[in-house]
Amino acid sequence: MNIVVLVKQVPDTATERKLNAEDNTLDRAASDGVINELDEYAVEEALLLKEKHGGEVTVLTMGPDKAKESIRKALSMGADKAVWLKDDALHGSDALQTAYAISKALGSIEYDVVVLGSESTDARTGVVGAALSEYLGVPQLTLAGKVDIDGSAIKVQRQTDYGHDVVEAQLPAVVSVVEKINEPRYPSFKLIMQAKKKPVDEKSAADVGIEADKIGLANATTETVDFAAAPPRAAGTIVKDEGDGGTKAADFLAEKKFV
Amino acid sequence: MAEVLVLVDHVDGEVKKVTTELLTAARRIGEPSAVWVGDGAENGKAALAEFGAEKVYTAPAELNDYVVAPTAELLAKLAQDKGAAAVLVSATAANKEIAGRTAVKLGSGVLTDVVDVTAEVVTEHSIFGGATVTHGRVKAGVPVVAVRPNSVVPEAASGAAAEEAVSVDLSDAAKGAKVVERVVEEQGERPELTEAAVVVSGGRGVGEGKFGVVEELADTLGAAVGASRAVVDSGWYPNQFQVGQTGKTVSPNLYIALGISGAIQHRAGMQTAKNIIAVNKDPEAPIFELADFGVVGDLHTVAPQLTEEINKRK
Repeated sequence: MNIVVLVKQVPDTATERKLNAEDNTLDRAASDGVINELDEYAVEEALLLKEKHGGEVTVLTMGPDKAKESIRKALSMGADKAVWLKDDALHGSDALQTAYAISKALGSIEYDVVVLGSESTDARTGVVGAALSEYLGVPQLTLAGKVDIDGSAIKVQRQTDYGHDVVEAQLPAVVSVVEKINEPRYPSFKLIMQAKKKPVDEKSAADVGIEADKIGLANATTETVDFAAAPPRAAGTIVKDEGDGGTKAADFLAEKKFV
Repeated sequence: MAEVLVLVDHVDGEVKKVTTELLTAARRIGEPSAVWVGDGAENGKAALAEFGAEKVYTAPAELNDYVVAPTAELLAKLAQDKGAAAVLVSATAANKEIAGRTAVKLGSGVLTDVVDVTAEVVTEHSIFGGATVTHGRVKAGVPVVAVRPNSVVPEAASGAAAEEAVSVDLSDAAKGAKVVERVVEEQGERPELTEAAVVVSGGRGVGEGKFGVVEELADTLGAAVGASRAVVDSGWYPNQFQVGQTGKTVSPNLYIALGISGAIQHRAGMQTAKNIIAVNKDPEAPIFELADFGVVGDLHTVAPQLTEEINKRK
């Protein structure tokens, strides 16, 4: 089975994240980067599918230089090879353009299943998996907490507000995963060493047939008009519990008319 | 005035509060038209009329037999047929997916997790765990906007709520992912986490098997129960109640954090709450930076006392 897993390099949540004053895009140089957290779960699921059904796991990412770290991470976990869509022309692409670019890159990769995290920790739009399915015209099996593949049939438990839906489809399909699906493995020393030798295929936008007017900030479907630091919250009242902490909290609630 | 499509969230004919928020926001932009997928519209119509829906488009329940794509096809078709000025949905995980697909079909753009929207469809977002406020807009076509529940204060305004049955010929692609079973996990009488006006959350400080202290306070306030990631990862509380970066984003009127330190990952999910109360043993816990009222102390004595006091004052 050919499994493609999408990863994204994001600024570490633990660092201070910034936007660029020049063009209101994410300042990727300002903070340390890491692989998007949910993507580790996607890589793990891809590896589990490979262990069960055989085949190959290809990492696909789109991003500037630093994206290499996320590729390396996924390869260290055990993925076989990588395709890196890397082009300055992609800078400033929004979520839908990203999904489009990825769909074009998938045009030159054989896949039965595309696995990705259900959202990234930076933009948090949660639309890329759905938009990618739309562009590819393949079934959307997103927000999966469990995945089972049997021949060409795929079944997932899709997480919902009330519990979950059981969803069935035929491969090829797009699967996005949520955190509960598995526990990502730590790369072994051996795999980390091996990862350095695994093939990483760099592609430009033109290489995969992406039209220049479909990507980048100038052609984005959305724009960030302005940004500012959030106004600080007014300092609250902090009391030490002297046996009446609960009562004082109730007083606060009464004052705010919650009780 | 142009129509603004509002996708209705409903459970068995009961309109969710977030839909009244969306209708309120839609009235700033144009004339709200509610889009009802599934049965029960006759029961929900009054609530839609009360918040200014001029039209109610009803679509067959079969659209829900497949994952999100059919509803996106419906919304895209309606937006085109009716010349809609915007499409509004609630920013739930599934509706954000619908919004994304709808925007692709319309060749327009999508803005998600919006906390406010103007008459010109300029949207406000709270990003990076609440540290930064941005404004956005869609540059071409019909803007598709997913609004975070509890962000807009619903205001009543009467509308005609004229019903019109609509349908869409689903493409084969839209029928690719079939829902074969719906499994409802028990959540009792408590309100849904993202919709709740009050949320009481517990963190690592609660301790294993002691979540009753969180639930009792929640029930006294008619609140939803939330949990930090540490709690969910430890298996102390079910996954669907996780608040934070990889869980749900909530924006309630009141958020009570019990034994939660307030790591950035958690704050990302609750920082836009209007009032925040924190109880934590550690006076240095970052949650106190956000708290409007904080108690440094043992939640296992403070929370039960708070529960008792609320009951007394009811």
